[in-house]
Amino acid sequence: MQPHSAALPVDQLGTLSTLPSSEAPAPARLPGDLAIWFFILAEMLVFAVFFLAYAFARARNVALFNESQLTLDLNSGALNTVLLITGSAFVVQAVHAVKRDNTHAGTRWLAAGLGCGFAFLVVKVLEYSAKFGAGINMSTNTFYMFYISLTFFHMMHVILGMVILGVLLVKTKQGAYGSHEHHTLESGAAYWHMVDLLWIVLFPLVYVMR
Amino acid sequence: MTSPNSATVITSAVSATFLTLRTWLILLMATGITYWLGESGTAGKAGTMAVFSMLALAFIKGRLVIYDFMEIRHAPTMWKIFLVGWLGFVLGMIMLAYWIGLR
Repeated sequence: MQPHSAALPVDQLGTLSTLPSSEAPAPARLPGDLAIWFFILAEMLVFAVFFLAYAFARARNVALFNESQLTLDLNSGALNTVLLITGSAFVVQAVHAVKRDNTHAGTRWLAAGLGCGFAFLVVKVLEYSAKFGAGINMSTNTFYMFYISLTFFHMMHVILGMVILGVLLVKTKQGAYGSHEHHTLESGAAYWHMVDLLWIVLFPLVYVMR
Repeated sequence: MTSPNSATVITSAVSATFLTLRTWLILLMATGITYWLGESGTAGKAGTMAVFSMLALAFIKGRLVIYDFMEIRHAPTMWKIFLVGWLGFVLGMIMLAYWIGLR
């Protein structure tokens, strides 16, 4: 593999190598702060309860769930998946750029990730307004109760993720992070990816599987 | 003077970008398949097979996000078990609930 052979001369130079090669076999490392990972686990457990509550409620009302699910806008759900996946990829690039001390690129990638979050919200609001306009609300039936509460709860996490990205963007622009310090940036990025991960389960579950 | 260090840094930057791009493309393709299963009506007709396919796709997607985006690939084994275990457990239980719904 190319990356491993490229790492070899650095090791041979010994004293000249000041930067550790990211391709060299590194010890196991959890990115960011340990605390954020416990927070992420807690969030994921809460969502697991919601997902399973939906799935088992459906098992007792299959016909109702299948019929109601057909009224959902699959295009909105799929577009929002693409936006979250792309937003996550942008934030990965931001972390890579900052680790290489490329603050300018890091700031731009974070802004792009934030843009994906905004686009997600626009799609979600349009989707909600169409549903509410059609007279659908939480009390319409069990399916819509789950659909609205699950997607709304997830949307709140998108918004929190965007607030975190916004703070990281400002701090990155100020030069707070770089090859020397990127723990906070990695922690915020991990939270943003969790929002993506949750949607990856939510989209097929609520919008597609029948 | 171009030191081997800067060459390595550039190589690693290129390979990191390539990995992100590759992961992103696989995620897009998997999303496309899930969307097609729903849009074509296959999700309704193919029954258990369609449900299983979508859960398998969600597992592949979720694992990629955990490994490549959250950078858990190089994390201690315990964290891999926590996160991928969560994904497997949730998707497995959803499969069980759908199977119960079939009866």
